[in-house]
Amino acid sequence: MYSFDIERPTSVADAVAALGADEALALGGGQTLIPTLKQRLASPSKLVSLSGIAEMKGVSQDGNTLRIGGGTTHASVAREAGAFPALAALAGNIGDPAVRNRGTIGGSLANNDPSACYPAAALGAGAMIVTDRREIAADDYFQGMFATALEEGEIITAVTFPIPAKAAYMKFEQPASRFALVGVFVSQGDAGVRVAVTGASEGGVFRWSAAEEALSGNFSADAISGLSLPADDMIADLHGTAAYRAHLVSVMTRRAVAAAG
Amino acid sequence: MPKDHGIGASSKRREDVRFLTGAGNYTDDINVHGQAYVHFLRSDAAHGTISNLDTSEAARMPGVVRIFTGADFEGVGGLPCGWQVTDRHGEVMKEPAHPVLAQGKVRHVGEIIAAVVADTLEQARDAAEAIVVDIDELPAVVDMKAALEEGATRVHDDLADNLCYDWGFVEENKGAVEEAIANAAHVTTLELVNNRLVANPMEPRVAVGDFERGTGNSTLYTTSQNPHVIRLLMGAFVLGIPEHKLRVVAPDVGGGFGTKIFHYAEEAFCTFAAKALNRAVKWTSTRSEAFMSDAHGRDHVTRIELALDADNNFVAVRTETLANMGAYLSTFAPSVPTWLHGTLMAGNYKTPNIYVNVKAVFTNTVPVDAYRGAGRPEATFQLERVIDKAARELGVDPVELRRQNFITEFPYATPVAVEYDTGDYHATMDKMLELLDRDGFAARRKESEAKGKLRGLGINCFIEACGIAPSNLVGQLGARAGLYESATVRVNATGGLVVMTGSHSHGQGHETSFPQVISEMIGIPEDQVEIVHGDTANTPMGMGTYGSRSLAVGGSAMVRAAEKIINKTKKIAAHLLEAAEADIELKDGTFSVAGTDKSVAWGDVCLAAYVPHNYPLEDIEPGLEETAFYDPSNFTYPAGAYACEVEVDPETGHVSIERFISADDFGNVVNPMIVEGQVHGGIAQGIGQALLENCVYDENGQLVSASYMDYAMPRADDLPHMASYTVDHSCQTPCTHNPLGVKGCGEAGAIGSPPTVINAILDALHSGGHKVDHIDMPATPARVWAAINGQ
Ligand SMILES: Cc1cc2nc3c(=O)[nH]c(=O)nc-3n(C[C@H](O)[C@H](O)[C@H](O)COP(=O)(O)OP(=O)(O)OC[C@H]3O[C@@H](n4cnc5c(N)ncnc54)[C@H](O)[C@@H]3O)c2cc1C
Repeated sequence: MYSFDIERPTSVADAVAALGADEALALGGGQTLIPTLKQRLASPSKLVSLSGIAEMKGVSQDGNTLRIGGGTTHASVAREAGAFPALAALAGNIGDPAVRNRGTIGGSLANNDPSACYPAAALGAGAMIVTDRREIAADDYFQGMFATALEEGEIITAVTFPIPAKAAYMKFEQPASRFALVGVFVSQGDAGVRVAVTGASEGGVFRWSAAEEALSGNFSADAISGLSLPADDMIADLHGTAAYRAHLVSVMTRRAVAAAG
Repeated sequence: MPKDHGIGASSKRREDVRFLTGAGNYTDDINVHGQAYVHFLRSDAAHGTISNLDTSEAARMPGVVRIFTGADFEGVGGLPCGWQVTDRHGEVMKEPAHPVLAQGKVRHVGEIIAAVVADTLEQARDAAEAIVVDIDELPAVVDMKAALEEGATRVHDDLADNLCYDWGFVEENKGAVEEAIANAAHVTTLELVNNRLVANPMEPRVAVGDFERGTGNSTLYTTSQNPHVIRLLMGAFVLGIPEHKLRVVAPDVGGGFGTKIFHYAEEAFCTFAAKALNRAVKWTSTRSEAFMSDAHGRDHVTRIELALDADNNFVAVRTETLANMGAYLSTFAPSVPTWLHGTLMAGNYKTPNIYVNVKAVFTNTVPVDAYRGAGRPEATFQLERVIDKAARELGVDPVELRRQNFITEFPYATPVAVEYDTGDYHATMDKMLELLDRDGFAARRKESEAKGKLRGLGINCFIEACGIAPSNLVGQLGARAGLYESATVRVNATGGLVVMTGSHSHGQGHETSFPQVISEMIGIPEDQVEIVHGDTANTPMGMGTYGSRSLAVGGSAMVRAAEKIINKTKKIAAHLLEAAEADIELKDGTFSVAGTDKSVAWGDVCLAAYVPHNYPLEDIEPGLEETAFYDPSNFTYPAGAYACEVEVDPETGHVSIERFISADDFGNVVNPMIVEGQVHGGIAQGIGQALLENCVYDENGQLVSASYMDYAMPRADDLPHMASYTVDHSCQTPCTHNPLGVKGCGEAGAIGSPPTVINAILDALHSGGHKVDHIDMPATPARVWAAINGQ
């Protein structure tokens, strides 16, 4: 690790101000950032820890909307998001207990790892990413592997999810990291059917529109039994070929639909 | 009633109290006053010439004590190899220089280019980044077949090619084997890969070098399985420090699995630098460094043929193996694919004709050496996979095919140079089948099928050569070391005793099991016995722990030393009791005169030895301390029969282990609980190899699986639930040639389990109509799915 300063603001406003410094970086749960620093792959001048900001924590429900503070840990979501069981289950299966008790939803979405779970939920449920300065629809937020609509110093303060009538997340784990080799989040709600896929594509999380169409008329695994994705843009690595990933997307989508009921 | 102490009791592991409460004393816990820290600048190129290495700016950075490069080691020896293989043409193997720090050239990712010693580790790392190093990259040699092609880039340009040796075993049998195969009724052929593994002990390697100016003595604290071996190799061959001026301490060590046998550059560096700087120097490996500097394991590519006669009797086995040595010869690397592998190709079977060919190959990868099982898992995997394939081709029961070819008469001299002293392979097979409930398998398969899963049953037998090793034999085979073990038994005046053993415990539980043996012999409580190991300053010259040798060889040395003690105490007791020595009996810690009520307690006899007022000084010396060196007359041959049931998800290729059953014959068992723990751990590692672990290089020699993000270690939920994980060791044919009748249990699980798992997966696939002959390890979901889909 290179040396850096650390600040621990207690309000979003103070955090935004602190992040105005040159080369300052927000620190959420540190589950991605700290290993990066340890390997000397980043050299921020200052870390602005978000973990002391009370207004960024917790899960609350307002009618059919679930609001999760950007600093809420995966473990809290697993415990407190009972109104949206598919989301609670997803959070409860991220990493191990140490990761879940530190890592945050804001950190996960800001990082937008192509194999992470939360991006699939945000895109697959049509969430809104709330920042210190605006609200960004999930459809506009994800812009490719590790790329998002966030500006320099912009903080995810909350994420709001419309609670779908039916939803499920199916994750096929990469054997070593246990991130998603392929993860599929499906939902059916007021905004229709959404299918979001993580882990599979070179372009990061994406919506599988052909599956969405097929499921709109008939929300059942059978409706998509003949459907497959081209392998062209799929990730290929030592854990699976592009063809395998494309195949897994179909399997996991069918299983997610079946699980969503 | 199970015994509560002595041989056969499941005494609780006394060492666990300190390990589990954070009171262990590992090498990284050792800090020498005023120590400096070293950070190694390692090559990120697989192969290249160092065209520029400028440390001048880095040397001026804050806290830097000194920066060492290859130039500082020009007069220093290279890391020695402890085994010399002679090839099939009578030539000795090629043995390239193995420098401590790179000499102008780098040959694998992770090779040390420079060593920065600074007051703090962070300062050392900062300075390392300021070193200017330019490497003119050369093409990397990665694939073994390509490495042997005419005109391939040479890993060592002072050698003619990348072939370390071309070994034939037994060369004289080659013709007979060819003939037997030509005349056979059926020949089954299989090509397979034994995947490269990274050992990944929980504790990474650590070295602390220290130097005492006042005495001129050097000390190395290191994470080693054999401190005396390190002292000899490093002192005599690398640094030129005589053994009496060098102490090597391997304190608590958190797992070794073979990879901590070898002498490494970092150990030599820290010892050398401490002397050069007159200041202790410490290195603690990061996990990332471990991936690219700990010796890897396995990495064989094999073609095996099994020939059978019309009655399905095995008539010949022929194998051709390419064995990866990596860029340099690690300490025992040449022995693994040869003498630890070729000698096991008979397995449990009376195959009369066997020929093994091994070509060892240099590549631009981390050196490969012994890893739990070392050579024996590779042998077992080939043999048991090809037998299973033959059974399928011939349409016969894999159990019966094995049974009909079992060796049943002992001693049995194999055609591959070893003589099995004892065993009962039908007994372990019977036991395994009984625990398996094979008849119930059809119903279990139906249940799995109802869930959309394919269920498979794999069975497997294995034999290993443990209790390594008879020195005169291994000397003939190229070992540059003896493989005896030593023990000193020191009895204190008040009757408690200390055993100083040359064996080393890095998880095996010697501190518990060794006292059980002494307790049995003398009849004193186990807690009267303390085990000291791991320090060359207070233990006799020993060869350490690997090859399932501790109890069989180290325990035998302890028994011999204890017998000398008992003989002496009987003389003393005879004197005190005024009886003839022949009439003295020792039982439950009391000496008595046969047929009388005269007795004297163990403690009183010990006291007399140190307070020799009433003592036969004219016949025997005072004091009670004896040393014994034990050299085994043969290997031991543990064997077993394993079974595994898997469920395969045909849609994703995911495999889950539903049941695992092992029936082992370890001979006599001193501590059943420890034995079961060793087998559980070994099977977990074997399942890891079969399903998960894979060390992968790309064509440029870059390590792709360089962290736990890509290298999959087995986790608890990859293993069957304990209730479905049965380990049995009730079949016991005691070893005939060591005093304890023990055979060793440390490697069995890792040897027996990989083919069991793969056999089970293939059985599952066939049950689903997928006619797959073989799947290479690790059988990842992606590979299983590809096999199902013919990709
Ligand atoms: C062993 C392990 C296993 C894991 N397994 C999984 C898994 O299965 N599935 C999965 O999805 N993830 C997994 N993760 C990742 C985990 O979910 C991380 O917690 C997450 O990626 C980052 O969250 P964090 O709060 O720790 O962010 P940090 O590491 O603190 O930060 C990550 C990045 O986000 C920025 N950032 C942090 N918070 C905010 C914010 N509120 N607003 C704007 N920017 C912010 C930081 O500046 C940094 O660039 C795993 C991680 C580990 C270590």
